[in-house]
Amino acid sequence: MSPFLEMHNISKTFPGVKALDRVDLMLNRGEVHVLAGENGAGKSTLMKIMTGVFRADPGGIIRVEGEDVIIRDPVHARALGISIIYQELAVVDNLTVAENIFLAREPVGPAGLLDRRLMQAEARAVLRELEMDIDPSALVGNLSIGQKQMVEIARAISYRSKLLIMDEPTASLSHHEAETLSRIVRKLAAQGIGIVYISHRLDEIFAIGDRVTVLRDGATVDTQPIARMTPERLVRKMVDRDLSQLFGQHESHASDEVLMSVRNMSLRHRTAQGASVADVNFDLHRGEVLGFFGLVGAGRTEVMEMIFGSRPHDGEISIEGRKVEIRNPSDAIEQGIGFVTEDRQGQGLVLGMSVRENFSLTHLSDYCRFDFVNRRRESARCGDFIRSLAIKTPGPEQKVMNLSGGNQQKVVIAKWVARRPRILIVDEPTRGIDIGAKAEVHTLLNKLAQEGISIIVVSSDLPEILAISDRVVVLKEGRINGVLPRGEATQESVMLAATG
Amino acid sequence: MTVSGNEVAASEQTERTLLGSVMELRHMREFGVLVALLLVGALISLATPYFLTTNNLMGVFRAFSLTAIMSIGMVMVIITGGIDLSVGSAMGLASLVTALTFGAGYSTAAAIAAGLGTGLAFGLFNGLLITAIGLPPFIATLGSLSIGRGMMYMITHGVPVTPETPEIFSVIGQGYVGPVPVPVIIMVALMIIFAIVMRRTRFGRHVYATGGNEYAARLSGVKVNRIKLAVYVLSSTIASLAGVIGFSRYLSAEPASGFGSELDVIAAAAIGGASLAGGIGSVTGAVIGAALVGVIANGVVLLNINTYAQQAITGGVILIAVSLDVLRNRYTGGNG
Repeated sequence: MSPFLEMHNISKTFPGVKALDRVDLMLNRGEVHVLAGENGAGKSTLMKIMTGVFRADPGGIIRVEGEDVIIRDPVHARALGISIIYQELAVVDNLTVAENIFLAREPVGPAGLLDRRLMQAEARAVLRELEMDIDPSALVGNLSIGQKQMVEIARAISYRSKLLIMDEPTASLSHHEAETLSRIVRKLAAQGIGIVYISHRLDEIFAIGDRVTVLRDGATVDTQPIARMTPERLVRKMVDRDLSQLFGQHESHASDEVLMSVRNMSLRHRTAQGASVADVNFDLHRGEVLGFFGLVGAGRTEVMEMIFGSRPHDGEISIEGRKVEIRNPSDAIEQGIGFVTEDRQGQGLVLGMSVRENFSLTHLSDYCRFDFVNRRRESARCGDFIRSLAIKTPGPEQKVMNLSGGNQQKVVIAKWVARRPRILIVDEPTRGIDIGAKAEVHTLLNKLAQEGISIIVVSSDLPEILAISDRVVVLKEGRINGVLPRGEATQESVMLAATG
Repeated sequence: MTVSGNEVAASEQTERTLLGSVMELRHMREFGVLVALLLVGALISLATPYFLTTNNLMGVFRAFSLTAIMSIGMVMVIITGGIDLSVGSAMGLASLVTALTFGAGYSTAAAIAAGLGTGLAFGLFNGLLITAIGLPPFIATLGSLSIGRGMMYMITHGVPVTPETPEIFSVIGQGYVGPVPVPVIIMVALMIIFAIVMRRTRFGRHVYATGGNEYAARLSGVKVNRIKLAVYVLSSTIASLAGVIGFSRYLSAEPASGFGSELDVIAAAAIGGASLAGGIGSVTGAVIGAALVGVIANGVVLLNINTYAQQAITGGVILIAVSLDVLRNRYTGGNG
């Protein structure tokens, strides 16, 4: 019998980027096939080609059950038996479980009204078949993350899917929920359904997978039965790459003096995704660049939000030996903390405002007398930063929405640096910006550290973390699972601390 | 500091040609509604020469001045991304409290203070519902709209309040400085003050930032709750000033005073270029918007058009003005 899905010579080029380069992949029925690789290795592009979101470049061949096909769109993919469960769950909270399972293909009676009874009965049947203990009439909003995921799986199965793609399904699940999920995955595979399983967790990959394909920089590195793989070999295959010369030489400016210490910090409430963060302890030295690494859902951003006061926390923060109360961002700013957020457009910038107005928002009082803004001084200072950070904009009056991602990021950094912070937190500082701007951002961070500013860098780009950090704090499932000094931090050691 | 800043701006302006300045104006958000106002004015004056007489124009100005005054507070609320449906009640309640204070024998100053105080308290109530409890502005002010209206009927039992008032008080609503009615002077003064506040002060900048991206503003250290509280207090207090002026004009506090006026006020702000999504709008635009509606109302009367048609025409103007704004933004990619 031929494999369910064959992909040969699949490439995908975006303007300026080759996301996939002649990838081959073969997926069998009843097999749990793990797709492994770093962020940006091309996993999600490959998934999107499988589900018809993107089309592969000409020359690629896709065969479903032995027949050549061009997957036109997600609806077509579903008709071919290919379904996907994204990391961001796509369920409607204010509908019931049954209504979610049958969303957009609700059974209708002769009078054109919903046939609720049929819907309930069929939903119950699907759930029972999967041994899921969920009431079809329950409101999805009242379910846990794990149960919501079960609802999505049930929906996919009710489409009679033959291939189910799961993108980091356990990233936000509790240990117990993850176990239930792996039982269901095995059960589906036993029924002959093929599973593409994307995960960063080594233990899970080895527990659940039959075969593994490693992607790196858009190309297939290897496909092996799991039995012939070890965690160390897998990690090496995933991360082995030339560290770009662009990152330059690292110079440490860290002093022995502890600037900020965080003790027993925990999230007061779980996040909307159900994640918790607890017992976070670390010191930040003056002039130090402290890297924070962890997988998606490990709690990196939550830790930063707690320090910055935008998320309620328990525990203690001291700056220069004195305990400080940080209850909201204004408190943090008063303590000399700046926060370059991960989501530039949603949290960092007022898109409809000009470069000047965004720039000065953090320190407007510097230009004020009796609350009146002196625009000339404001504009001049903004101009200084535009020049020194080489922000590409026609001028301070340009609206930030018209700037490129890299230049928007520089505006966000500028607005904090202009305040002369003691501590600058940068969350994913180079996500989605090109390599040149990335190198400039690294140089800038290094320069700020040299000036005595302490910097916390959060990034899922491991080479970036290793290149610019003096020490690396590794988070796993909401707890610190290792603090590695520069000499001991390697791709392998950090990845192991994040996954093992 | 600000003086030197203005000097720079002034010297820059003298270097521009007249044509250049007009082209510069074209980029202002108020430009569209200003052109519409002049166009409608020209059309009416072609049909009837009486439109452009000082007498008529001043009458028109006085007629829309109360709506315009309230729209100054409203547009600030709208720029934060909120809405204040209760301005009509704040206005009516303030005129009633002013009347009752006079009726109890207090002085003019006390009566005015009581009226304005009513608005201030009303605004605090709205603002706290929105910031401390977290109610959506639409719901909070819808509730206070009804509460205010109900209180007025409870107090008056549906009968107008007409106390004795000193001569000096009626100057506010009925007086003139030269040919210009006092309410119009108050309107222009408020417009200038709040246009400067919104454009030149930190408070103004924070109002725009709150509406433009509340989360980013908060993370930048803007105390967004204080800003929101402030705009609701300003809106109600300004509305109560309109109430005091209205009472001074007619010297009678009607139970239905201000009824339904929130719609005219919101319309003025929207016609003047304010976006109900927040972050965009201007005080001068709102006043020009109120003027446009006022001029149309006057035109309907002068041209002997059925007065019932006036509301329909006003509605059409709102739709045309806002549609043009939306289309302009679509084609300039939000650069307009």
